This record gives sequence, C-alpha cells and structure tokens, in this order.
Amino acid sequence: MTTKTVALDEGVVRTPAEIKRSRYLGITYLLLAAIVLFFFWRWSGDLGNFTFKLARPLDPSAPDLTLSASRTTMIVAVVLAGLGGFQLAKGFGKFNNMVLGFGIFLFIFAFLGWATAQSSLGAFSMVGMMKATIVRSVPITLGALAGVMSERVAVINIAIEGQLLAGAFVAVVVASPLATADDSLFLGAPLGSWIGVGAAILAGMLLAWVLAVLAIRYIVDQIIVGVVITIFVGGMTAFLALRWLADNPQLNQAPIFKSIGLPGLSSIPFLGPVLFDHNIFVFGAFILVAALTFLLFRTRWGLRARAVGEHPGAADTLGVNVYRTRYLNVIIGGAVAGFGGAFFTLGSVGRFDENMTNGRGFIGLAAMIFGRWHPVGAMAAGLVFGFADAMSQTLGILQTGIPSEFLGMTPFIATIFVVAGVVGKARPPAADGQPYIKQ
Amino acid sequence: MTDEPKGEAPPEMNGDADNGEKSGWAAFMDDLTGVNVDWRSAVLVPVLAMTAALAVSVLIIVASDIELWRSFSISALGDSFGQAGSAMWALLTGSLGSLAAVSSTLAFAAPLILAGLSVAIGFKAGLFNIGAEGQMLMGGMVAVALGITIDIPVFLNVPLAIIGAMIGGGIWGGIAGLLRARTGAHEVITTIMLNSIAGLAVVWMLSTKFFQPEGRLDPVSEDIAVSARLPRLLGFLDRSDVRVHLGIVVALIAAYAIYWVLFKSTIGYEFRAVGFNPNAAHYGGMRVTWLYTSVMALSGALAGLAGMAQINGLLYRASPGFAAGIGFDAISLALLGRSHPAGVVAAGFLFGALRAGGIEMQVATDVPVDLISVIQALVVVFIAAPALIRAIFRVKTGEEIGQLTTGWGT
Repeated sequence: MTTKTVALDEGVVRTPAEIKRSRYLGITYLLLAAIVLFFFWRWSGDLGNFTFKLARPLDPSAPDLTLSASRTTMIVAVVLAGLGGFQLAKGFGKFNNMVLGFGIFLFIFAFLGWATAQSSLGAFSMVGMMKATIVRSVPITLGALAGVMSERVAVINIAIEGQLLAGAFVAVVVASPLATADDSLFLGAPLGSWIGVGAAILAGMLLAWVLAVLAIRYIVDQIIVGVVITIFVGGMTAFLALRWLADNPQLNQAPIFKSIGLPGLSSIPFLGPVLFDHNIFVFGAFILVAALTFLLFRTRWGLRARAVGEHPGAADTLGVNVYRTRYLNVIIGGAVAGFGGAFFTLGSVGRFDENMTNGRGFIGLAAMIFGRWHPVGAMAAGLVFGFADAMSQTLGILQTGIPSEFLGMTPFIATIFVVAGVVGKARPPAADGQPYIKQ
Repeated sequence: MTDEPKGEAPPEMNGDADNGEKSGWAAFMDDLTGVNVDWRSAVLVPVLAMTAALAVSVLIIVASDIELWRSFSISALGDSFGQAGSAMWALLTGSLGSLAAVSSTLAFAAPLILAGLSVAIGFKAGLFNIGAEGQMLMGGMVAVALGITIDIPVFLNVPLAIIGAMIGGGIWGGIAGLLRARTGAHEVITTIMLNSIAGLAVVWMLSTKFFQPEGRLDPVSEDIAVSARLPRLLGFLDRSDVRVHLGIVVALIAAYAIYWVLFKSTIGYEFRAVGFNPNAAHYGGMRVTWLYTSVMALSGALAGLAGMAQINGLLYRASPGFAAGIGFDAISLALLGRSHPAGVVAAGFLFGALRAGGIEMQVATDVPVDLISVIQALVVVFIAAPALIRAIFRVKTGEEIGQLTTGWGT
C-alpha cells in the first residue's frame, strides 16, 4: 500500500487508492441509475402501480404501500445519478460506505417495485420476505460467529460447515425420542428438544476440540483440518442417517421450536412480525451477537483473546496463556456453531436430510470475512446473505424471468469483491492461521 | 510471513532426501526400485494411515449397529463384527475381485487422479486449491456443450472435449490465481466462493434450452454424441459392466506430464520455488504474479479434465451433482500422495478402489457407501498428524507435514 497522498482543497487527505475507489463508486452509481432508468422504466413501458404488503392476515394491521412504478423508478434513477455525480466531484469521505448502502437499498427498492409491477400479481408480501430474511440469516450468522470466535485467536476455522451439519444431526436424533407432543412447553419447545439443542452444542464443541487439538497441539495445517472435519462429518452423518434413520423414522421427527412473540413489541405493525415474533434460535442469534461483541471488545478477557490473535508472542510475554485462550475460544465457537446446526432441524423442518446445511457453513465463512471478523459485521453480512436468499425466492414467485441462481450467486461474488479489496480491504487478525510454538 | 521455513532447502530441492543410515527394509526398497527417497514418509506412513483408518471404520460399523445396542449381548457383538468383516471383504472384492470390479476401480480412479493432480500442483506452488469441484463443473460443462453440438469422428471429437474442458476449468482456476496474484485475495476463500458460483451456474445452464432435452423440466442435459464419449478400453469384450475407459490413460499421461513439468522443466522449478518462499522467488527474479496465475490455471485445467472424464467417460450427460464430491476427495488424495504425481496416481487407485468397493459394500452388506468419506477423512488426519501414527503403531515416521498453506493475512 502506497503512502503517497494527495491534498484536496478542503484539506482532506486522500490516498490515490481512495480516489480510484471513489471514482469506481461514482461510476457504479451512474450505471445503477442508467439500469433503473432504461430497464425498469423506459424499456418496460408504463407498468402502473405496485403494492408491497406490510401485513399478513393475522399480523397487526398495517397499510399497504402502493406506489406508481414509473414515478418511483424515475425518482430513484435521479437520486442515484445525483449520488454518482457528487461522488465523482467531491466524494462522501467517511460516509462512503453508508451512502453506498443507501444507493444499493434504493436500487433494490426500484428493482422490487419493477418486478412486482410487471408480474401479474402486482403485489407481494414485504413482511413475509423480511421475516424470511431474518430466519435465513440465522444459521449464516451463527456460523460466522463461530468463525469470528476462532479466528480472533488466530485459529482458522473452515470446519463451520461440518459443525453445523453435526449439530443438525445430533439435535434431531437426541430430541426425537425424548420429546413427545403432550409435553409442556418451555420457551416454545418441550424439555426433550432442549436436551437435543444441548447435545448439538456439545457436538459442535467436540468437533471444535478436535480442530483445536490437531491445530494447536499437533500443529497440523488448520485449513486442511477444517476441510477434513467437514468431509468427515458429511460422510458420518450420511452414513448414520442411512444406517439409523432410514429404518427408524421415529428417530427423525422432532417437534419444531414454536415462535414466541415478545409481549408488546410483537404487536408493532410491520416491525413486530418481522423482528419480534420468532423462535428461540433467532433471538438466540441476536443475543449471541450482543454477548460476543461485549465479551470480545469490552472485557479484559476479550482484549487478551484479541491480543493472542494479533501477536501471540507479545501476549505470551505479558502472561496470557496463548494455548488455553485458543482452546477456549475455538470451543466456544464450536458451541455457537452447534447451536446454529440445531436450527436446521429443530428450528426449521424437524427432520434431518443428508447434507442439509448445503454450504451454509461456507457462506458463514464468507459472512465472517464480509463482516470483517466482528460479531456485528457478521450479523450484518448474515442479513445481507439472508436477504439475497429470501429475495431469490420472492423473484421466483413474481416470475421476473431472471434466473434465481444469479441472485443466489450475489453473496459469493460480493465476498470475492471484498477479499479482493474492491469494496474496502478486510483485514484478518494478524496471526490468523499461524501456529504458535512457545519458545 | 513468520511461518516461512528458514535455512535448509526443502528435501525435494536437495535431490535425495535421506542420506543417513537406512534400515534394512528401506535399503531393500532402494535396491528394488533403484531410487533413493525417504521411504518412511513416502510409503510407510500412508500404508499405516490407511490401516488405522480401516481399523477405525470397522469400529464405527460395530458401534453404529443398532441391533447391538438393543440386545447388548456377546452374540450380537459377534454379529456386528461379522457385518464389519463382510463389509471390509466387500470393499476388497468390489474393487479387485473380478474383471468388472477392477475395471470399475480404474474408471473411478481416472477423475480422482486428475483432480488429485490439480490439488497437488497447487500445493507444490504453495496454493491450496479447494476449488477443484467448481473447476470440474466448469470443465465438464464445456465438454457437455461441445458434446451435444459437435459430432465429428471420435479421434477428433475426444481431443476437442479434452482441450475444451481444460480451457473451461483453466479459466475458472485462473480467476482465483489472478485474484491472488493481483489483489492478494486468498485462494482458499475465492475458490470456495467460485465452487458455489459454479454450482449455481450449472443449475442455471441445465435449465436453458441449449442444454436441456426437450420436454424435460428437471436440470439435466442432453446426452453427448457417441463420438465424444471416451472409448472403452475393453470394448471388444462387449460387456456393459466392464467400464474402464480412455480416461485412465489420459490420467496417467497427465500424471507423467505433471511430473515432467514439476521436476524437469524451468517453470516447474519456479512453481516449487514460489511455493517454498514467494519472497525469495520474487527477489530471484521470478514473476510471481504470472506464476500464481499459471499454477491455478494449470490446476483448474487438470480439474476440468477430471470433469471431462466424469462426463465423457462415465455419465454421458450433466446433472447438477456430476462432480460427485471428487473435487473434495482430491484434497485428501493429494495429501495422501504427498503432492507427488506418482503418489497421487497410487492414492487415486486406492480411492478409486474405495469408491468401487463402497458400492459393492452397500449392496452386499447394507453398510452405507458414505463410510468411504469417513475413511478418507481419517486417512488424511493420520497422514497430516504423523504423531498419531507414531503413538498408535510405535514406529518412527518422517517429519510432520506442517503448514502447507498460508493464513488469510499474508
């Protein structure tokens, strides 16, 4: 990275890389404006109105949002063009990313408006899509949190996929025989289901312990360990699913955790059903994000853990037990991933299918990078990826003719952009992936 | 960059690895083969790792037997071990027990060897290509696209498929190499992402009119032309169960070519040098950007060939899962083969035998074929952590593999 700087007349100092990036951003806004103008408005002709439904039949009532397609797209195009012009002329400085987020929001709003107006339905349930966004983000966020905990102490964890899958399997196998329909419910599920969740957490911790032992004590390459654990769990769960569950379906049907509406909050129009009426996994993910952020960034313990990730030698000199810190963090991460794994079965469909995590762990890895190794960033990235997931489903219903696979690719392409430094450089913990050998 | 090995040159750059006293059997192996290598790490550790993995898999079969846990008696324990024993026997007979079994082993080995070479050449250059699966998909789809549109004589059509698949996989791998070289984006992350993108791209492509047969709604392609199919080597026997095809020959030629490139050519020396220490290679005047890109492109081309072997040799049409996890098995395979082309070929035969035998095992003994993934994962654990092998078998082994890859930060 060059340190040469260019002073602007306001006295703001920008590096050539920032200027280049600013130019790219400006051009991007103008392109988006052109797309909105050309494809959504001019090309499709006047499409009339579109309606975003902000409440479903049983939700707290909220008025529908009905707008004129042509007027909305034109306003969005003008605003985007304005953003682009300002970005090219002056730039937004430290608000760059916030403005980028706003620009993308506008674009997606116009896109959804166009997609709705051109479909024969003319309306779709915004509340349903936003709720799906939250639900689909949960396993990704939890997987990313597992990665954050582990990589903050410089142990690369690409076994997230395996930990999620193991959690999913163990949860349903333990919960199915223990939970019966007429049990009394505690926070949305019978006691047996809770034991299933506990078992899933233990399974995640066990795999994390294996990762830690191989990576820390035996100094095996961490990426290889992660891949191997994922292959092992994939094979093992498929093996056991055929050997146990195929002939014993009673082992593979657990009650699903019921939604809990937070009193008061869940009756807020629109926001209530989207944010405050979910099962315990969703609330658990929110709570974990807050708790782990506090732990990592507001406690002495967290400071030490991060020191181990940045410069284990220095941390060791100051009396931090590097090995113990690494073991502990990796295993906490495993517990989080195990909990996230239980979501796939107990929080969602109630049964296990071979390879049902379907790469969510790897998306979680991407979310961790996208979120810059921070719990809140991980959640934000999880929500973005969850939104892409929910939106591709919506577009399927609206029949836009745009293949849903393309939208499904966006998280992965976005992650490549992030690691390539196009949208700001993500910096991992300095010692990430390096074994520590005490002198 | 604190994890760079310092001081001594790596063993393979010294020429012969083990110049000290050799024990009897190692000296015997030297005399037998005429080459002087570190037999302990090249042969002993993989063999012991395989033995340990099979032993653990027997225990897994026994411990996962529900009947055993229900009755909990000595006779039930005997039954479980009996099932495990016959499962192991089925693994053996299903892979080596008949002409059909051997030919099936070879047919499975072809894409495995090619994908294994893809990962191995990456390791040699210090790059971890997890993307063989996606590169297989892309190479295979090019082969499908050519196979369903072009029908020319077989001696032209097969080479066309080979070249097309290499280009398709090569581009997909080259993207990751270029990103690594130009922006520092870690190849592990980019190849994982490119795998997912390739998977979705295949699903989309198979829903287009170009690939999909008329009247089908599921994602599947038309059959490729007969002239594009890899000829069966024992076709004159006219037996449909003898499936060994030209792919295994392609794989062996590729293995020899990679051996030649890696150890006899200038660019191969540069690949290994950049893998050993990219900074030193850079200061030595090598173009690291170009090397990273070309290694990943070559790696992707090999994986693309594996996809071609899968399509043109075995399936004759594409469906979303046609790479069948081979790209991931390839990682285990490259580690088992110590990233050396000869080792990869040997490991490829072994994994091909496991795949062939695993099917027989599931049919004959009801032990699910997915056990072979478990066996392969265990093999790699034992290979990567020789300390475990030392502890179990009480033998001396070579050095730990140590760090093959670099962390995200570098």
